[in-house]
Amino acid sequence: MTVSLPGLAVSLLLVGVAAGVSLAWRLGLELSILWAALRALVQLLLVGGVLVLLLAPGRSLWWSWLWVAAMIAYAGWTARQRAPEVPRLLPVAAVSFLAASAVTMAVIFGLGVLELSARTLVPIAGLIIGNAMTATVLVGRRLVGELQDKRDEVEARLALGQPSSEASRPYLRAALRSALTPQIETTKATGLVFLPGAMTGLILAGVDPVSAVLVQAVVMFLVLAAAATTTTVVSLGVVRRLFTPDHRLVVPTRSGG
Amino acid sequence: MGRLGTRPVVTDRSFTLRGVVVRRGGRAVLDGVDVEIPPDGVTALWGPSGAGKTTLLRLLNRLDVPDEGTVSYGGTPLDDLDPLRLRRRVGMVFQRATPFAGTVRDNLAVAAPDAGDDAVRAVLARVSLDADLLDRDAETLSGGELQRMCLARTLIVEPEALLLDEPTSALDEEPRRVFERSVTDLARDGITVVWVGHDEAQVGRVADRVLDVSGGAVTPGTVPGGDRR
Repeated sequence: MTVSLPGLAVSLLLVGVAAGVSLAWRLGLELSILWAALRALVQLLLVGGVLVLLLAPGRSLWWSWLWVAAMIAYAGWTARQRAPEVPRLLPVAAVSFLAASAVTMAVIFGLGVLELSARTLVPIAGLIIGNAMTATVLVGRRLVGELQDKRDEVEARLALGQPSSEASRPYLRAALRSALTPQIETTKATGLVFLPGAMTGLILAGVDPVSAVLVQAVVMFLVLAAAATTTTVVSLGVVRRLFTPDHRLVVPTRSGG
Repeated sequence: MGRLGTRPVVTDRSFTLRGVVVRRGGRAVLDGVDVEIPPDGVTALWGPSGAGKTTLLRLLNRLDVPDEGTVSYGGTPLDDLDPLRLRRRVGMVFQRATPFAGTVRDNLAVAAPDAGDDAVRAVLARVSLDADLLDRDAETLSGGELQRMCLARTLIVEPEALLLDEPTSALDEEPRRVFERSVTDLARDGITVVWVGHDEAQVGRVADRVLDVSGGAVTPGTVPGGDRR
């Protein structure tokens, strides 16, 4: 099943609907909506072009790995933009994406769930890194917020002679729990409430539903493991940045809102 | 007192500040402070709000470090001491009581996981808290009980010195007096006490000496009233 260019053009009517709502309610978002839609379209076309190049017969897999590296760098930068209150997040995020990729790819490719090729590597890495990025922002912001809110408690623990790793542990666990819970809830509701993207795409593309379901199951488990690995690495890395080596809390105070 | 064998031999427990400067947002909160806090009795840091009393107190157990100058404990610069050991020798009770999740017993266990039942009961008695409270959820204690539990939690580590940051500012008169008595008893037992306060009558009741903290400077003051305790 394919979408023709005229079909794509017609689908832009849907963007028009969104812009129309903004106009009707004077939300002032129409330009934003048009810009977002246009930007997404251009980005997708660019990625499609890159994928065509990467998937060309005889192309070395190294180009795909290079693409993965670029994704990691861009995702790290995006995470930093989205969580400016987390100090020096970029390197921590990059390390966490590498760790999440290593863990999940070791299972998926290392144990032969999927065959390693450009066709599998690039989308799987995209899934891992995309979800890892969201988890990074979530856990980073939550951890900083938690230590800001509980500053008095943390300092009371430090004042009792606890090392920073111990003094921060209850708050780190709370941040981890709240970052992982949405992922677990989504996993639980899958299939009953919504058909996830990978499966929807495969079914629309004509793959038989059973194969689509199996791929989706693998993707879900992958996302879960990626989120768990990322949040762990990020929280441990960020905590180190919120304390000095002599066990003083240096989390910035919360600035209004 | 128990566990005396683990205590280092203490020869000098005075705090010395030399040329201490602390800046916050471009302003010098403490500006070239030279002062000595002797090991005996209760030393009150007294002055208006925002004068830098809490800042000075937090330097003494290295929850903060000065931008310039040196803070020493027992003649050794704090930079040369292990901060975790220092904080077990120099305990601190904060202005706002900070119960940890769980019971009173759980709170004491955070400070001293290996403390036996006798030690736990003894430390509660030292701050005039009933041992029946041990299994109460700390969140359900009254303000006065809660602050005394925080004091007990600090004492169970067996510190040589106590830093108190306006510990009774949220308490009514009666629990305030009980807390004061606990602390003056501790000072009489040989624990060095540094008490930050701005209540003149209270400083008069508890302090053996006063250091005025004002305008970034620290100078020897006089104990208000003089007819203490």
